[in-house]
Amino acid sequence: MLYREAGQFKTTYAADQQIFPIRQDRIGLALLLAIAFVAVPLFASEYWLKAILMPFLVFSLAALGLNILTGYAGQLSLGSAAFMAVGAFAAYNFMLRVDGMPLLVAFALGGLAAALVGVAFGLPSLRIKGFYLAVATLAAQFFIVWILTKVSWFSNYSSSGVITAQDMEIFGYRFDSPESRYLLVLAIVAVMALMAKNMVRGSVGRAWMAVRDMDVAAEVIGIRIMYTKLLAFAVSSFYCGVAGALYAYAYLGTVEPEGFNLDLSFKILFMIIIGGVGSISGAFLGSAFIVLLPIFLDVLVQDVFAGVFSPSIASNLQLMVFGGLIIFFLIVEPHGLARLWQIAKEKLRLWPFPH
Amino acid sequence: MQFFLEVLIGGLLSGVMYSFVALGFVLIYKASGVFNFAQGAMVFFAALTFVGILEMGVPFWGALILAFGAMVLLGIGTERIVLRPMVNQPPIALFMATIGLTFFVEGLAQAMWGASVRGLDLGIQDEPIEWMMETTGIGVSKFDLFAAGVAAVLVTALALFFQYTRVGRALRAVADDHQAALSIGIPLQTIWRIVWAVAGFVALVAGLIWGARNGVQFALVFTALKALPVLILGGFTSVPGAIVGGLIIGSTEKLAEVYLGAYVGGGIDSWFPYVMALAFLLVRPEGLFGEKHIDRV
Amino acid sequence: MNGRQIGDVILDLQNISLRFGGVKALTDISFDVREHEIRAIIGPNGAGKSSMLNVINGVYHPQEGRIVFHGEERRKMEPHMAAMQGIARTFQNIALFKGMSVLDNIMTGRITKMKANFLEQAIHVGRARREELAHRRKVEEVIDFLEIQHIRKTPVGRLPYGLQKRVELARALAAEPSMLLLDEPMAGMNVEEKQDMCRFILDVNDQMGTTIVLIEHDMGVVMDISDRVVVLDYGKKIGDGTPDDVRSNEEVISAYLGVAH
Repeated sequence: MLYREAGQFKTTYAADQQIFPIRQDRIGLALLLAIAFVAVPLFASEYWLKAILMPFLVFSLAALGLNILTGYAGQLSLGSAAFMAVGAFAAYNFMLRVDGMPLLVAFALGGLAAALVGVAFGLPSLRIKGFYLAVATLAAQFFIVWILTKVSWFSNYSSSGVITAQDMEIFGYRFDSPESRYLLVLAIVAVMALMAKNMVRGSVGRAWMAVRDMDVAAEVIGIRIMYTKLLAFAVSSFYCGVAGALYAYAYLGTVEPEGFNLDLSFKILFMIIIGGVGSISGAFLGSAFIVLLPIFLDVLVQDVFAGVFSPSIASNLQLMVFGGLIIFFLIVEPHGLARLWQIAKEKLRLWPFPH
Repeated sequence: MQFFLEVLIGGLLSGVMYSFVALGFVLIYKASGVFNFAQGAMVFFAALTFVGILEMGVPFWGALILAFGAMVLLGIGTERIVLRPMVNQPPIALFMATIGLTFFVEGLAQAMWGASVRGLDLGIQDEPIEWMMETTGIGVSKFDLFAAGVAAVLVTALALFFQYTRVGRALRAVADDHQAALSIGIPLQTIWRIVWAVAGFVALVAGLIWGARNGVQFALVFTALKALPVLILGGFTSVPGAIVGGLIIGSTEKLAEVYLGAYVGGGIDSWFPYVMALAFLLVRPEGLFGEKHIDRV
Repeated sequence: MNGRQIGDVILDLQNISLRFGGVKALTDISFDVREHEIRAIIGPNGAGKSSMLNVINGVYHPQEGRIVFHGEERRKMEPHMAAMQGIARTFQNIALFKGMSVLDNIMTGRITKMKANFLEQAIHVGRARREELAHRRKVEEVIDFLEIQHIRKTPVGRLPYGLQKRVELARALAAEPSMLLLDEPMAGMNVEEKQDMCRFILDVNDQMGTTIVLIEHDMGVVMDISDRVVVLDYGKKIGDGTPDDVRSNEEVISAYLGVAH
């Protein structure tokens, strides 16, 4: 079937405002979801599920969160990992201290706790922007990790703040197997991605973008800057918080505050730069890229160039490739992989008659 | 009281270290409006390169010159490959590019010279000055005092350079207004290259002193991050601001760690400068020495 | 300009003074705006015209003076409150949201009228969905009115200057304002574009009954379309009245018209 929109006429505004106005895109997404929900759990190996797909999904969610704040609302944050930490530790404590706390409610509460902390650290954004704000979010990054390490109540008095996530159980079903965990995370991420898409295409998203593009004009139009920015911080941190909870419960099982360090924050920032700033699909593309690249580089150094480079060079090579790619994308395609994909689709729509 | 003074002086002197890095930031920000997140990585790169060359058997001065050469190359490369293609991008995109640069430079430094921690001996011991210890009872490290002296010399040299040389004047013109400077025939790109080279030199000096103090290691990069709150305090465009901000951050951080840290389990110097800068931002967003900015509609 | 009834004073500015630090932008300025009229503010560059608009919609807060809007004295007010009260505006330098399409830009104009909260929008059922469609319909009316159907889905950054100005007007109109502030709506346009813009302004005023306060440099346009004109020079008012009154005012001629023409 050719990728064409000819013959697809929109007769209502509702039809015109669909997420995917072109029929082929809708079919494509349905296929993708079918593969993700049915084929992958059936055929993927344990390694793929645990070491690639799980981090991919969790980081996609965190990148979605950061993209809402940075890509849509234009507030640069270097503290995403800290908000993930809040989500993970809050979910852990709700599970630990409240009898019979349902798992999904604990995740949501973890997200809400992160949202509250996010709003608190977002308050400075009302007075400062740009790299000033970036430095302010560094305060969140260092402070939160410090307090989670120092106050041992948060980790139930374990040494050096390590927490071990409780078993995941919903209505008596235990999520033990990699497949079941994968499906749980996939479902949560899919629903939250859809909600994010709905927000950014609605008036909330337009308010965010308006504040990003020109805050004075936004205010003159009637947008409450304070509310809009803080809402972006809240929603973004909620997403990061839930991602953090999933990171602890579904992906690693055992985490410590130091695991949510500045490096992880940068990693998530890189995902949205490479995937596409201000794009929902970009969060997924960027996450896939950043998860797969180190694996690819390892293979390259150890197998293809075995003996040419020492293995220790792989990690430095990774730093250089990450850094280089960030610069490359910012120069060549500031809207990232998502934009490249879009351009490819636009070309395809007209192919083979480009004019 | 003696103890307080000792902590205060120790803090002030370690603040000088932050000032070194902040200086490099200010130079580049003034000349090109780029907030160079990679300054810390440049410090690391400079120190590692210097030690690496030294280990190859090159004498001290030779290594110094070669390392400076490497910094100049890095600066020119950055101008050519990163800044020039991004000339019309918003500042925040440039900022993110320098985060990318940070990773690249860190990787490059370790790929070239290895990742192990090295010592660096500049021939000055990190021990209390005896006569001060005897007369006042306050311990002040020789090395810290030496570092402060180097900072003073460096700032004076920079001030003279900006004030009295042709390049310095052109630099100030560029800092004031890019377009206007360009229109009277100042070669913008040459100026940028010079500024990045000078910032590279400042990074080298900072790297040597930090490396001698704490060993040349990756952790330098994180310590260098503390230059960010220094800048917020001092203002992005002010050389004196970088110095004063460094001193304030250095001293309050040490005082807070000693007097408050005991109550909360220590380690608060990891975040204290940032939170202080944050509090400061809410009161005076333009910094101590920065210029106030009014939005026009 | 018949068929429309100029009503009572709806905005009364009394003894407005505005300073930035030591710089006086506006000094003791008083004038009023009547319902349904087209009121022009003219004056040389730096006369304080834009500052005046910024005072009206709350971007700047004057140090002295009273502002009475719809019979109520206004306390210190933020711009978004002005928008809520029905004051919309365009800017001297186009202030569109560059990263968004024309349609999205105009949709933001209706933001004060959308009631669904972010959670309802996230789930996208019920009120959020209905609202989005209802407002889209209203926005399409504005799009038809300003004849920009063909660029609906284009990112605003790709449009030529004249069209961007038109989109900015569309965004302001989408709010269905009772008062519209236009800051040099025709600056940088060619004759044809200016004629179009004039026609739109007159139509808005005539068909929707919107009160219009505009700043414009093109004297021909100002004298043609406005009911009353206020003249500023160096932050002071030097003339106020019908186009004919102003045209014959000695002080105005020497300060402004005499120099320009």
